[in-house]
Amino acid sequence: MKWARKDLLGIQELSKEEILFILDTAESFKEISKREIKKVPTLRGKTVITLFYEPSTRTRTSFEIAAKRLSADTINISASTSSYVKGETLKDTAKNLEAMKPDVTIIRHNMPGAPHMLAKIVDSSVVNGGDGAHEHPTQALLDLYTMREKKGFIDGLKVVIVGDIIHSRVARSNIFALRNFDTEIVCCGPPTMLPPHLEALGVKQSYNMEEALRNADVIMMLRIQKERGGVAYIPSIKEYSSLFGLRKEHISKAKKDVIIMHPGPMNRGVEIMDDVADGPSSVILDQVENGVAVRMAVLYLLLGGET
Amino acid sequence: MSILIKNGRVIDPASGIDDIIDVLISGNRIEKIDKHLSGAGKEVRVIDASGHVVAPGLIDVHTHLREPGYEWKETIKTGTMAAAKGGFTSIVCMANTNPVNDNKSVTDYIVEKAKSEGACRVFPCGAITRGLKGEELAEIGEMVEAGIRAVSDDGKSVKDSGILRKAMEYAKLFDIPVISHCEDEGLSKGFVHEGRASLLTGLDAVPAIAEEIIAQRDITLAGYVGSPVHLTHISAGGSVRTIGEAKKRYDKITCDTCPHYFSLTDEATLGFDTSTKVNPPLRGQDDLEAIKEGLRNDTIDIIATDHAPHENTSKDVEFDIASFGISGLETGLALSLNLVHEGVLTLGDLLRKLTVNPAKLLRLPYGGIGPGRIADITIFNPDIEWTVDKNQFITKGKNTPFHGWKLKGKSLITIVDGKIVYRDKTFRP
Repeated sequence: MKWARKDLLGIQELSKEEILFILDTAESFKEISKREIKKVPTLRGKTVITLFYEPSTRTRTSFEIAAKRLSADTINISASTSSYVKGETLKDTAKNLEAMKPDVTIIRHNMPGAPHMLAKIVDSSVVNGGDGAHEHPTQALLDLYTMREKKGFIDGLKVVIVGDIIHSRVARSNIFALRNFDTEIVCCGPPTMLPPHLEALGVKQSYNMEEALRNADVIMMLRIQKERGGVAYIPSIKEYSSLFGLRKEHISKAKKDVIIMHPGPMNRGVEIMDDVADGPSSVILDQVENGVAVRMAVLYLLLGGET
Repeated sequence: MSILIKNGRVIDPASGIDDIIDVLISGNRIEKIDKHLSGAGKEVRVIDASGHVVAPGLIDVHTHLREPGYEWKETIKTGTMAAAKGGFTSIVCMANTNPVNDNKSVTDYIVEKAKSEGACRVFPCGAITRGLKGEELAEIGEMVEAGIRAVSDDGKSVKDSGILRKAMEYAKLFDIPVISHCEDEGLSKGFVHEGRASLLTGLDAVPAIAEEIIAQRDITLAGYVGSPVHLTHISAGGSVRTIGEAKKRYDKITCDTCPHYFSLTDEATLGFDTSTKVNPPLRGQDDLEAIKEGLRNDTIDIIATDHAPHENTSKDVEFDIASFGISGLETGLALSLNLVHEGVLTLGDLLRKLTVNPAKLLRLPYGGIGPGRIADITIFNPDIEWTVDKNQFITKGKNTPFHGWKLKGKSLITIVDGKIVYRDKTFRP
């Protein structure tokens, strides 16, 4: 197939073919990061801007490394150093950046729909690097990539997502991605953190960790989104942790070869205990590694590459 | 100067007239209605209304004119001109101006300004509480003297039930309705309806029960103190059912809905189009159906526009920080006529909700066509098709989710106090 989209704004609008196309493309890029000279000239002369209105370590670094390994020039703008603090609107920021002719802008914003707004304003490509509680498409893509890499397939998997689902763009994007496949998706957490109408997305709900994790192939742990008010949805972190923190004994309920995922940043001792995060089932650092390959693939495809 | 409207289909829900007859206006009053009027012996301007509907001037019980204080969003002049274009001859403007219309001097200002610059009649709605803060009663009596016809803290509910109770009791003194904006504050930390669409967009959402809960509270309070209550911009199916049930037991409850609640659902918010951001939010399909049913079975008495004009820059931002509101005066009639085209309401029933019912709520002498009555008249054609172009709006508020929509039904002539205040360019009398 040929990639036809200008932007990557969400998983919602992607077809199964498009998702698989990105994953397949990423496979050919993974090897580059293992070379001694980790750079190919593919995107030489292209300019990639990361425009981050929310803090980020992993995503921004991952995008920047991905762009640099493809020889693109990268510029990082964060809200605290931008005209945003001087009151410039997103629209004006977008128009000003566009005037400097970037090829791709990766935007992270605390408000849903900001990337969509940006994409309407600029002619160059826009990648959603996370917008509020809406979507985080490259995270879901790297998660699927990791599942497929570790399990060999996505169809037939039981994926349990645990935590602050209502505020999680990672959960949403993963649900949107996984429902293209023959998967069983279970969201587990306190009822306050499970959004109403989840069943409309073909997702099962559970308030009980042991029950939810039974026969799971994949466990995806989420942190409490303090910046989106997540703490008000539970009486205390301590109580939350005792009910929904992932412990070693939980893992015995799941399949033997279960993999443990976490999009980061982790709150050790809250949603995940040390021995699980660092244990043999954990693929958390593989996710990070695969993130670079997936983002290389996304940049490559958006900038007109073909495989 | 007299005006003779010939051969139009006169529909007057107040008297039940629905017939092809002529209307003769002398000065500011209707002199005669009859077949084959000639107006001979007078200097008469003849309007040929063949094929069109001649109705009492429409009355909008819920608009925001933004003046004083937000003149860049709308003025009394532009707002009333937009109203006249939309077929409205009387409108109520809400109190959330700057300063708030919570005292006589602001009411005086609005009334005077409307008299000198307004294209249609303006009836201010006073605040229930000072500064819309929900704490102390505003000087309702003095404002009534200055011309308010209702009180409302529109924009939010009066949170303290004790204060609202006092307001309802006190308003009885002047025989004016309390207009309730129904929204439970604790449940309303959001920007869209809580439903499938909000799950997909991740936007913070408000459940429909936030409205229903306060509707029930306000009905209970009104019933207890024996005052009239009008619940405005009803959007949720649950509220319609609650109001319908309560009306069987207590007859001083009225309510209105707005065209956007029977024209759009929360699906419209999926693309993050900020013109769809309105409070209360666009609801689900079930709610939309319930609103239509409520209009059909008369649970909903009135259609109001909740005209909420905004400048482009307050909508041209991220959805979360965009202003709430839809500019509604120039699309209200046509969207409402869809109810007739769809068979939900007869033309007479629709007009009742746009004329006589609002007049009754506000104790206004308008909203009817008959000899001796004030000549506030709207001539429209329910079948003319046109395409909404926000750039052609008279209102300063170009914030409409209906831009580009093909609508059926257009107002052609608006007459206020015997004077033609609006004539459609395409209409050749």
